[in-house]
Amino acid sequence: MAKKGKLVVNTETQAHAEDKKLDNQVVLATENVNVFYGDMKAIDDVSIKMNENTVTAFIGPSGCGKSTFLRLFNRMNDYIEVFRKEGDIYVTGNEIYHPSIKVEELRKQVGMVFQKPNPFPKSIFENVAYGLKIQGLTKKRELSDIVEQSLKNAALWDEVKDDLNKSALALSGGQQQRLCIARALAVQPKVILMDEPASALDPISTSKIEELIFKLKEDYTIVIVTHNMQQAGRVSDKTAFFYLGKLIEHTKTTTLFTNPEHELTERYITGRFG
Amino acid sequence: MSRIGMNRFNDKAFQVFGIFATFLGIILLAIFIGSILMDGLARIDGQFLSSLPSRKAERAGILTAWTGSLWIFALTALLSIPIGVSAGVYLEEYAAKNWFSNLLEINISNLAGVPSVIYGILGLEIFVRTLKFGGSVLAGASTLSLLILPIIIVATREAIKAVPSSLREASYGMGASKWQTTWMQVLPASAGGIATGIILALSRAIGETAPLIVIGALAYVPFVAKSPMDEFTVLPLQIFNWTSRPDHAFVINAAAGIIILLGITFLLNGIAVYLRHRWQKKVNW
Repeated sequence: MAKKGKLVVNTETQAHAEDKKLDNQVVLATENVNVFYGDMKAIDDVSIKMNENTVTAFIGPSGCGKSTFLRLFNRMNDYIEVFRKEGDIYVTGNEIYHPSIKVEELRKQVGMVFQKPNPFPKSIFENVAYGLKIQGLTKKRELSDIVEQSLKNAALWDEVKDDLNKSALALSGGQQQRLCIARALAVQPKVILMDEPASALDPISTSKIEELIFKLKEDYTIVIVTHNMQQAGRVSDKTAFFYLGKLIEHTKTTTLFTNPEHELTERYITGRFG
Repeated sequence: MSRIGMNRFNDKAFQVFGIFATFLGIILLAIFIGSILMDGLARIDGQFLSSLPSRKAERAGILTAWTGSLWIFALTALLSIPIGVSAGVYLEEYAAKNWFSNLLEINISNLAGVPSVIYGILGLEIFVRTLKFGGSVLAGASTLSLLILPIIIVATREAIKAVPSSLREASYGMGASKWQTTWMQVLPASAGGIATGIILALSRAIGETAPLIVIGALAYVPFVAKSPMDEFTVLPLQIFNWTSRPDHAFVINAAAGIIILLGITFLLNGIAVYLRHRWQKKVNW
């Protein structure tokens, strides 16, 4: 997948390679999943498969269930009291609501970045080290190596390397969000779920996050919920369009935006409703 | 008068009333403290702090009373803090939200308003008689712990409630357990509020008299308590005892005792304000 500099590829084979990626191993999948909040059906019979090292964008009008659906994969909906689900959800082939699955283990594999940057009210270092510390890693040396690497991978290292002990809350919103990404990367997840990660950020911070997503997909499987269709077009390999809790269309991003199969999708992406 | 004139007049009138209301309390307090200081300040010296009670006013001191108050303070803190904070954490973070937890919540809030003498009767029955603690420091501290538990529980819950859910989500999202999230994120973030509640509750506890009279704490204790099972007296009791004597010299002793008690209370409140301020600076959302 990761293309080395030596290898000369023309654009055609590159495009072919991108296409090939869509046949990678399935990392996230659901089978006929329904979600209820009390009596309200939030997700209606959704089956989907998402492949390794791809970026999938979830789009759709507000309240269509895309965030709810995203949060299924690390079981964040469990904290909502009226939440109930039917059907199976798989991460790397394992059914994540199986009694043998520990939710803490699952979340080490499936990291999450939230809509509003939510760093802990601690130092930058402590933020990134948190995931490792709760796993019992205490060796200072090892911790600082991983913290450095994670901050580098999140394109934040150069901006904060001199004041790792500064409070994370002193950073700008965009930096805070990249810190949250670094925090998620530190435990080496397989999947990163992003719930509108750039919606609270200015355009420059947004483009930094987008560049980062582009880079991260070499190593991670990424799912991103977004209200911004240009963003979906820029960062994702595949796009899933949700409407009223149903998965209307899930296909290659270029196809979805240029030649959607469904009338609803076309009306949404052309801005006729939503 | 025109409409605007009316409004202006109302505005002014309320300002005047507001200033009056604000200063009424402060002035009354100032008069009270001033008269106490005039009466008692000269009486405070080493002899007063280090003497046992006596029938002669000039030889009497508050050694047993302030050491007793210290015992009560420490033991009450030891009993009420872990229980109160744990209960608050449980109710806020763990307990299912249903009719039963609502019932508990209402009852705990109501308990905070029960007159303290009723707690004294409860303490007398449970700690003094049933558990046979007698009129000891332990019985007193247990009774006062019961009295302030609702305050600590409510303060803990309020402080925990103020922690934004995004912090919990971030922690859970990293694979932290509920226990880790509570200990490493929620409690540190709410520590300022919890500490403030605890200190205010404890400063109420050391000012209480009625429940201790009911459980049989004595005003005349001719020795310093050495263990939690010893008999004891506390500052408010000693003050109460002295003010009821006809001899004016004892009233002066009482004034001196009040100064010490007020000093301790102000000190505790000061610490509470400082802690709240410090934690707020450290954790700002």
